[in-house]
Amino acid sequence: MTPAPRTLPASPLAAPGTRRLGLVVNPVAGIGGPAGLKGSDGADVQAQAVARGATPRATARAVAALRTVVRIFPGVEVFTAGGVLGADAAAQAGLPGRVVATGPVHGTAADTVRAARELSAAGVDLLLFAGGDGTARDIHDAVGEGIAVLGIPAGVKMYSACFAVSPVVAGTLAADWLAGRVDSASSADVLDIDEEAIRTGQAEPRLYGTVRIPRVQGRTQARKTAAPASAAAAVRRAAAGASILLRPGTRYLLGPGGTMRALAELIGVPKTPLGFDVVEDGHVLHADADESALLAAAAGGPCQAVVTVIGGQGFILGRGNQQLSARVLRALGKDALMVVATDDKLTELGGRPLLVDSGDPALDHALSGYTRVVTGPGTSTLYPVRAPEHHSIDTDGT
Amino acid sequence: MSLPIAPKPRLRRFHQARWDEPIIFELSTPGERGVLVPRPEPKVRDAVGDVVAALPEGVRRPTPPRLPEIAQMRVLRHYLRLSQQNLGADLNIDVGQGTCTMKYSPKVNEAVINTPKLADLHPLQAEASAQGVLEVFWQLERMLAEISGMDRVSLHSAAGSAAIWTNVAMIRAYHAARGEGDQRTEVITTIFSHPSNAACAEMAGYDVITIHPDADGYPDIDALKAAVSDRTAALLITNPEDTGIFNPRIREFVDIVHGVGGLAAYDQANANGILGITQARAAGFDLCHFNLHKTFSTPHACGGPAAGASGVSAELAPFLPGPLVEYDGDHFFLDHNRPQSIGKVAPFYGVTPNIVRAYAWIRALGAEGLRAVAETAVLNNNYLLKRVLDIPGASAPYASGRRRIEQVRYSWQELHEQTGVTSEEIGLRVADFGAHYWTSHHPHVVPQPFTLEPTESYSKDELDEYADILAEVAREARETPDVVRTAPHNQTVHHTHHDDLDDPERWAITWRAYRRKHFGEHP
Ligand SMILES: Cc1ncc(COP(=O)(O)O)c(C=O)c1O
Repeated sequence: MTPAPRTLPASPLAAPGTRRLGLVVNPVAGIGGPAGLKGSDGADVQAQAVARGATPRATARAVAALRTVVRIFPGVEVFTAGGVLGADAAAQAGLPGRVVATGPVHGTAADTVRAARELSAAGVDLLLFAGGDGTARDIHDAVGEGIAVLGIPAGVKMYSACFAVSPVVAGTLAADWLAGRVDSASSADVLDIDEEAIRTGQAEPRLYGTVRIPRVQGRTQARKTAAPASAAAAVRRAAAGASILLRPGTRYLLGPGGTMRALAELIGVPKTPLGFDVVEDGHVLHADADESALLAAAAGGPCQAVVTVIGGQGFILGRGNQQLSARVLRALGKDALMVVATDDKLTELGGRPLLVDSGDPALDHALSGYTRVVTGPGTSTLYPVRAPEHHSIDTDGT
Repeated sequence: MSLPIAPKPRLRRFHQARWDEPIIFELSTPGERGVLVPRPEPKVRDAVGDVVAALPEGVRRPTPPRLPEIAQMRVLRHYLRLSQQNLGADLNIDVGQGTCTMKYSPKVNEAVINTPKLADLHPLQAEASAQGVLEVFWQLERMLAEISGMDRVSLHSAAGSAAIWTNVAMIRAYHAARGEGDQRTEVITTIFSHPSNAACAEMAGYDVITIHPDADGYPDIDALKAAVSDRTAALLITNPEDTGIFNPRIREFVDIVHGVGGLAAYDQANANGILGITQARAAGFDLCHFNLHKTFSTPHACGGPAAGASGVSAELAPFLPGPLVEYDGDHFFLDHNRPQSIGKVAPFYGVTPNIVRAYAWIRALGAEGLRAVAETAVLNNNYLLKRVLDIPGASAPYASGRRRIEQVRYSWQELHEQTGVTSEEIGLRVADFGAHYWTSHHPHVVPQPFTLEPTESYSKDELDEYADILAEVAREARETPDVVRTAPHNQTVHHTHHDDLDDPERWAITWRAYRRKHFGEHP
């Protein structure tokens, strides 16, 4: 028992156990943002940013995250890559970083990938990475759905779901991981946007893959209700809602995304992570179908596309699922789409509509209005849908 | 000249009692008794015979109940200690439990319900001998009809959710009676209507369509227009919603649903800020419900029994649960002959002690008093809103910049991003100052939420104290975040194991459930 409020009890933030925290920093992440360059990919852009007086901030943000970890666990050991890839940040945060990933630094994405692989091989079980969506993509390439990862937001764009909301929150979560307060991980979408397209005003976020992030099961989640206790359960509930709407003898074109994967699991069929699968009566008729295969499926009798919301932008068509083209949608006719998503995903849009960009303005117009989004068995949400004409992307990812 | 008493600090140096008190079953000693009942004298025993044998087989226990065996004084100490380990409504500034309308439940009403005239009544006794309580039912029904503008009211439901269920059952019966039962399969609600609305509709087999707020933070009326059809059975809506936001276009909402032949049901459990100001019927609603344990002061009683009331238009009155209390100008009586009634939703006629408390509360205040309740509750809420929004890191999402009715769903998202401290941790730290705070309920769409509802019961000083506690904890979150993250420090228990509380296989709220789930006993 603690006599005064300011004395900390030993528990529950006890000394870290056997967990290993890793860190990799993308030293050039975010360099293009303050310079108004909407991203930092490419040596040209980086040079241009430096010419405009930009300084890298990823290290500073990694330091902010690590300081939070040190505050809670003074002297904790962090496994890092050498120099600007992490050891510098650890040193600035006053941590004895153990450098396990050495090797030449080329200033390219390959550095991140190599460092993440070596850290994973060194037994790190939570890898913090400082960067943006591009860095998340590299982390995905390196570790896939192996060890848990968590993004320290330091890039220009952070549409992927694997970032903490701030460096301090990333550090807090990492400390909770070390303390065993958070001990399970769930999958999160990694997105990327073609920066060249944003620079020319045409944003193209797409689903790149999934990684595993620490799953925080807050007390705020499951009190007093039979509501899903976790995001994963909410996704399963939405998928279950879609599964009971599937009719025999109808072909379903299951699109990409975690929700569609959950639906495929319920039906008992395999799912191509980033593609469309044609499914009828519990069987895959065509895996990873391209546009022509989807057209063929649509021509063969009753058929409906099942899609979910891709990324934080609210696209249900035209991002990450371009196979479902205007031609396919026209062939599907009325009720072409079944949209499935959790209410959380809709709320994260902050009142912004869902977006359709089929490449055919007349069709986009026809699909605009309100759509029924399946959120669970017998439950749905009526939500606005628009074409993204005047939609601009907020590129200030700080 | 000042008194020789040191000034008290601005914030209390509170410390909760901690007794490490065992569960009463663990205190049991075989043979220990509170009262030793004398054995019957032989004469009595002979005259009465074997009373147990006279009971029907089905009500005879094969084994005695496993009650704790413990003396009176130990029982008293046990419960007094437990009460000291609690932050009850009579102990703390209970504004932190927003959506629950934690107001003062006048003690004098306890005296009223404890009179033998009421306590010794039996629900099966003859109507002629229970005229008083029947009149209380009848009068309270009429008062609630006047408050809501509805034609008839039933007091049968034992809680708010139960009253919503009652309303959904009446909606179903109404459409069935018109031959549209199979066609009308959908119920529409809003995401910030209390989740009981969607839950009851789902329970009744309806497909539930939810509407999100529009860009201004109000329920999206165009979404409603797109949602309605000849499949619409009803709109179930709370107003003000659990965010404290009042939907100014509520009449249009009702008209849109009526336009397709659906019914409109008003969850008036948040009526504390609109009593005497607006009526459900004025907005065209066909049904409504109140929570007597929120708005009309009756205790929440740790999960019940509470009391709900359903009000309906004349067209829906035949479907009300039965029996209804009627008055023939001379006598009050129960009318069981109601062929279209949905039947019983609870034993007998409702939770009588709460009905009497609510009746007494309304009678004590009168019509002007009810309006003063609403005005004070709204003023208190908007005062607290100002105080909370002055705390760096706190915000009130949706309809920003607007005033709220009687409660506000706030967010600590900004503070969380800056400090890593969560709303839940803040709540545990608030308990160190002797105040209750909860992060509130579904839908979990406001990030790092907290909901405050000050009601009319709390003084300005008390609201200031509560706001000062929040400001102090927010300051700590920035300056000494680990103090908050490891809270509570001055409480009876430190942390509980969450999984044990969230997992139906393990949670146990009774001793019997605990023995069954953890030791495999089947008593
Ligand atoms: C607006 C609203 N509706 C319904 C309910 C459900 O009432 P009960 O908890 O009595 O079931 C509540 C409970 O607080 C409420 O706030």
